[in-house]
Amino acid sequence: MSISRMLDVDVWRGTETGKFQLFSIPRREHQTVLDVVTEIQRDHDATLSYRFACRVGMCGSCAMVVNGRPRWTCRARVNEVVRDGERLRLEPLRNFTVVKDLAVEMTQFFEKWQQARGYFEPGPQPGNDFAVVPPSTPERQAADAGIECINCGVCYSACDVVAWDKDYLGPAALNRAWTLANDVRDKGNAERLKAVSHASGCHACHTHMSCTQFCPKAIAPTYSIAGLKRAVLRRNLGFTR
Amino acid sequence: MRASHKQRGFIAAMIHRIAGIALAVFLPLHFLALATALNGAKGLESFLQVTRQPLVQFAEFGIVVALAAHLALGLRVLAIEFFDFREKTLVALSACAAAICAVGLIFVLNSG
Repeated sequence: MSISRMLDVDVWRGTETGKFQLFSIPRREHQTVLDVVTEIQRDHDATLSYRFACRVGMCGSCAMVVNGRPRWTCRARVNEVVRDGERLRLEPLRNFTVVKDLAVEMTQFFEKWQQARGYFEPGPQPGNDFAVVPPSTPERQAADAGIECINCGVCYSACDVVAWDKDYLGPAALNRAWTLANDVRDKGNAERLKAVSHASGCHACHTHMSCTQFCPKAIAPTYSIAGLKRAVLRRNLGFTR
Repeated sequence: MRASHKQRGFIAAMIHRIAGIALAVFLPLHFLALATALNGAKGLESFLQVTRQPLVQFAEFGIVVALAAHLALGLRVLAIEFFDFREKTLVALSACAAAICAVGLIFVLNSG
């Protein structure tokens, strides 16, 4: 691996208040943004706090704001983010409480999944056998479109409505609710649609599409939320599944 | 500026919203203008004289374009929300921009 030049990196230090600290680290071929953060922590300042686990885009724990844009850092190569000579600027995710440096508190994010009833409801009498859900059915395809969410919080960080309304459930929780609304085995849809249709629920979405634009898994929460809006309307008009 | 605020979807939403505010400001003035007719033709005519001033005509052009923008971008949102329209945002917004320009041009061509 060749070391051809240095990369200047501004890293947020502190909590809600703090300042950027400049580090200079070797620029390496195929280096990811997470590699940069790890190198800073190991070789320059061991007190730097950040979060990661899998390093392969599965766990959703390493998301940060990189040069103004929320993104996962383990699969984001430095040369995709900055051109030669440009600085890398790393901040914690927006719309979350900062614990320290680049690590954020995600409790509220996951509480909203619960509030949106983003969990499977088998009903009082679960089936005795495996449910057969043909992959070609529209419901299964709609669920498939949103099922790969890794809870990274990128969409939640990018969402303007979350910034304006702290109670807004957010794209990830609503996307999860939509996948369950399309799960033909689920028996909790009436309650779920009620849970997502309050003032800070799906109808608060302004279709800015930042979540869809930035989702690292190419999920489109905007369309999931639109699906929930239709489902709520259908139910309120008496057309239920 | 946040990266999310440079996205097409956000810019479209802002234009949609600002056009809506412009229309909301315009509508009471429009109704006040119509109300002048209730006091006879003279009152309405004196108001219509004011509307022939170039600045007012330019403002009229602006409000027509705002109406077109609000309509076109509103139809886009309705298509996404009610018809599950999976847009290519650039294509959809280009179509909206074309419609807005066409309305503005028609207004200009007919106001001469």
